[in-house]
Amino acid sequence: MRNLLIFITKYNAFFLFIIFEISSLIIYIKFNSFQKASFINSTNKITGTLYAQVDELYSYLSLRETNDSLAKENARLRGQLKASFYIDSVNKKEVKDTIYKQQYTYVEAKVINNSTNRSNNYITINRGSLQGVGKGMGVICSSGIVGKVVFVGPHMSIVQSLLHKDSRFSAMLSKNKEIGYIEWSDDLDPHKGFLKDVSNNAQPHVGEEVVTSEFSLFPAGIPIGKVSNLRTKNGGFALNMEVKLAVDYGKLQYVNVVINKFAEEQAGLEAQQKKDE
Amino acid sequence: MSRVLLINFLRFISLIFLQVFLLKNITLYNLSTPYLYIMFILLLPFETPNILLFALSFLIGIIIDAFYDTPGLHAASCVLLAFVRILFISITVQKEGFDNEPEPTLSVMGTRWFFTYALILTLAHHFFLFNLEVFRLSEIPFTLSRFVLSSIFTVFLMLLTGFLFYRKRER
Repeated sequence: MRNLLIFITKYNAFFLFIIFEISSLIIYIKFNSFQKASFINSTNKITGTLYAQVDELYSYLSLRETNDSLAKENARLRGQLKASFYIDSVNKKEVKDTIYKQQYTYVEAKVINNSTNRSNNYITINRGSLQGVGKGMGVICSSGIVGKVVFVGPHMSIVQSLLHKDSRFSAMLSKNKEIGYIEWSDDLDPHKGFLKDVSNNAQPHVGEEVVTSEFSLFPAGIPIGKVSNLRTKNGGFALNMEVKLAVDYGKLQYVNVVINKFAEEQAGLEAQQKKDE
Repeated sequence: MSRVLLINFLRFISLIFLQVFLLKNITLYNLSTPYLYIMFILLLPFETPNILLFALSFLIGIIIDAFYDTPGLHAASCVLLAFVRILFISITVQKEGFDNEPEPTLSVMGTRWFFTYALILTLAHHFFLFNLEVFRLSEIPFTLSRFVLSSIFTVFLMLLTGFLFYRKRER
């Protein structure tokens, strides 16, 4: 027993190393999957407030670009106003619209923490469960898709951005509606993605727009990017192509969380179907 | 004694702030990201007891993790770094010299020793960090190039900081 104690004190560095290393690896493996969310992330009180304060400062530096993008979006939305359409029917009053009911609502949010330079990138936004944000909701911004909510706190949430090894969203070519899925490119370039598994008779061309399909958690037709290269590396039976992403993820300021009214129903139905099979 | 505590505390806070709010946004060519905060562990006094050294490394690692949203990743790398530090110092420095050389800074230990020290410890830390982050063999060439270029960047910043706070030896 005494010899053992002497042995341990003599090589205490090694044993301490083992203890601390194992405990940190346990934390890494256990908490990193975000399903078992821990308090060690950027939504907890201290890190969250610090990030929010520094972000206040940063946002002054990019006021001009924010203004530009807001002005652009204003112009686009103004184009959709009723006032900007020509009315050609006379008896238009008191028509109750029973066909169009709102499926998607949006919660605006501000990005308070962002990264684009790691192999798994997350964005922290300043809206949480109290404002109606839930896990698995899509996040878009004025120029395109951003990602998916993976962890929700009461006042903040973490979004797994498209620039993440596990991010994968259903997408389609805008002209001929050929379905594929969009992924981040494997060389960590924040402006590049891959559209994969498009069927062989799609005939895409460079410059064609890639948008979200009806099967994603976003409304259909949200822009993702433009086809920039048609090389078919690892293609096999399907076409793969390179996409220049529409969103500049490094400059994200304001985003919208997409709340799909039918998401729960759809998920419930699909779970039922899986159980039946 | 209290001066040493104060200096290390200030270093701890300022390096975390620098890392999280400035260096986190810096990447060169999507490859090279500096992790200067490990300098805190490098510059702890020689006489720090092992358990305190490991505890502080774990602490700074987990704080950086909280800001980076990667629980445990930096903590694991920092604990490894602390172990390599103990090995390196036990090999290269005589125990008797501790009285007049309290801290392994650039001005105390000289450029040559400090450069080797910083280089080897940074390489160990970054190698573990990048491989644990990716955890895939299929991207080895890319991970290795990130590891090498980031290490160069970090060591460069360390030497720069060392010369910035250079003090002539009082003899």
